[in-house]
Amino acid sequence: MSDVAHPAAPDHPATPGSAVPPDYLHDGHTLRSWLFTTDHKRIAILFALSITLFFFIGAIAISVVRLELVTPAGDLVSDDTYNKMFTLHGIVMVWFFLIPSIPATFGNFLLPLMIGAKDLAFPRINVLSWYLYVAGALLTVVTIIAGGVDTGWTFYVPYSTMFSNTAVLTAAMGVFVNGFSSVLTGVNFIATTHVLRAPGMTWFRLPLFVWAMYATSLVMVLATPVLAMTLLLIVVERWFDLPVFDASRGGDPLLFQHLFWFYSHPAVYIMVLPAMGVASELIACFARRRLFGYSFMVYALVAIAVIGFFVWGHHMFVSGQSPYANVVFSFLSFMVAVPSAIKVFNWTATLYRGSIGFDAPMLYAFGFLGLFTIGGLTGLFLATVPIDIHVTDTYFVVAHFHYIMVGGTVSAFFGALHFWWPKITGRLYPETLARIAAVLMFFGFNLTFFPQFVMGYLGMPRRYHVYPPEFQIYHVLSTSGAALLGVAYVMPLFYLIWSFRWGARAGANPWRAKGLEWQAPSPPPRDNFLTPPVVGEPYDYHPPEGPTAAEEQVA
Amino acid sequence: MDERRREIWIRPLLTWAALCVLLAATCALAYVPMGRANLAVSLAIAAAKAGLVGVVFMRLFENNPLNRLAAAAGPIWIFVMFLLLFSDYATR
Repeated sequence: MSDVAHPAAPDHPATPGSAVPPDYLHDGHTLRSWLFTTDHKRIAILFALSITLFFFIGAIAISVVRLELVTPAGDLVSDDTYNKMFTLHGIVMVWFFLIPSIPATFGNFLLPLMIGAKDLAFPRINVLSWYLYVAGALLTVVTIIAGGVDTGWTFYVPYSTMFSNTAVLTAAMGVFVNGFSSVLTGVNFIATTHVLRAPGMTWFRLPLFVWAMYATSLVMVLATPVLAMTLLLIVVERWFDLPVFDASRGGDPLLFQHLFWFYSHPAVYIMVLPAMGVASELIACFARRRLFGYSFMVYALVAIAVIGFFVWGHHMFVSGQSPYANVVFSFLSFMVAVPSAIKVFNWTATLYRGSIGFDAPMLYAFGFLGLFTIGGLTGLFLATVPIDIHVTDTYFVVAHFHYIMVGGTVSAFFGALHFWWPKITGRLYPETLARIAAVLMFFGFNLTFFPQFVMGYLGMPRRYHVYPPEFQIYHVLSTSGAALLGVAYVMPLFYLIWSFRWGARAGANPWRAKGLEWQAPSPPPRDNFLTPPVVGEPYDYHPPEGPTAAEEQVA
Repeated sequence: MDERRREIWIRPLLTWAALCVLLAATCALAYVPMGRANLAVSLAIAAAKAGLVGVVFMRLFENNPLNRLAAAAGPIWIFVMFLLLFSDYATR
């Protein structure tokens, strides 16, 4: 096992005065050159640094929660503080980490490279998107300074409008402003994919990652305005006493849930569709196989994005929603499992007869595949009305959505980080340490969240800081897993920083991958390509009817 | 030059004025007791405003079908939202 993936000589020996343009990291060294950049790659780095900061803020909040839950008594923090901690964790992780995680970082960096473009269609709107993210994030920081908010990340009424005396307004406005960042990113990606594809890059030659970004962008553009409007209605009710959701004055609290989940269920797909795109790139590359059923993978992505809009009512089975609506939403929720299953089966079929390399990105992709499948299957449990009634508001639900959002999306995020790290930085990371972190993350994740399925099914409610002693063993296991998970998250932070400074130089294509981004130097210059990229068939890892990579090795 | 001036100044300004009139109509009619018709009138005025923006600022009659499809996505999604909302409200 070598310590680096595929060492190669630098392919981009830019020096001052040479004809080769400097790479984007060296194209200006001042703070101003970063803060006022319109280069999609630099904006991706700005997003990456920002979301990393917020990831650790969210992680600190949940560390307090998990430590509190080690014992059944509420002996570490008060119930108020506990409520504020899990709320902060939810708001930060959903809106300031997961939603922008893959699109705003890897999407920004890779989308133009993958379609052979110099930049996104609207570079200034792109940097505006980051500033809006920062503005929303600052409002969230103000929320923390103002004492926090205790409504849960869902801001459910009437608690958030009538009873909570915490900083609901700044928290809601932070999310509101951040929503515009999502919309601008989405509009930019859609326009870029339509108008800036290189000659020969037809729609059905696009990498699955680009398709995933496109489908995600559709959801961002169509769903986010509804969230913005809903949060604004909370503000209007709290500030101006307009009884939109107040049942005693003609309003309807369930309307809030309908509107909130009209955004927030598709938002799950904003988080997981990009992860599916990443998994497609990694699995094809490290199995050295064409992606099985490319066109069905595309249709499945679009189908998930569209059907994802029709299923929100499964979050409301016990809310007082009509039994007829429960049946409708239950049926529609089962429908979304079909394209999801197509994707899982096609990834698995891609591995068949492949020459599989177990490099760190592939380990993360395997982690994604297994954990997303468990998350998806338990989603079918929750789409079944009688089971949902039994486990509503228990840790079963918490485990389910963490398997999707953390097991799925965060695994894919780390897979993408390792896979494209040589392209982003021009350096190779230490492979052995990366593999250890990937395996540790998988075990840490399962130790954290699998006990939550069990205790949830047994009746442990979520959002309680005091609980019956019979659940302690599950909480202790869960907290131990969270500690392992914490180590697995921090490890890459250290070895990637080390690699950025001292890692071996990466060539343009250390993985021998097939996407256009690998035809650009590592790291790429301001305009991405030194020569026009040559567009071929997607995932051309072996001839269509020819022998597999494994068979070639045997021959 | 006249055509350009019409495009850049006159058409947008006239549209803006029309939008302001419609906004004023929304506010004024909210105080006119029309019973259940109040809501219908407000929604009709809102639809007229959206139509003006679509036709004048988004140039939907002059554009290619893809842009019209993109513009239609909003109303289609709102229709889906209302349809499924009423699967609850109409059956309680």
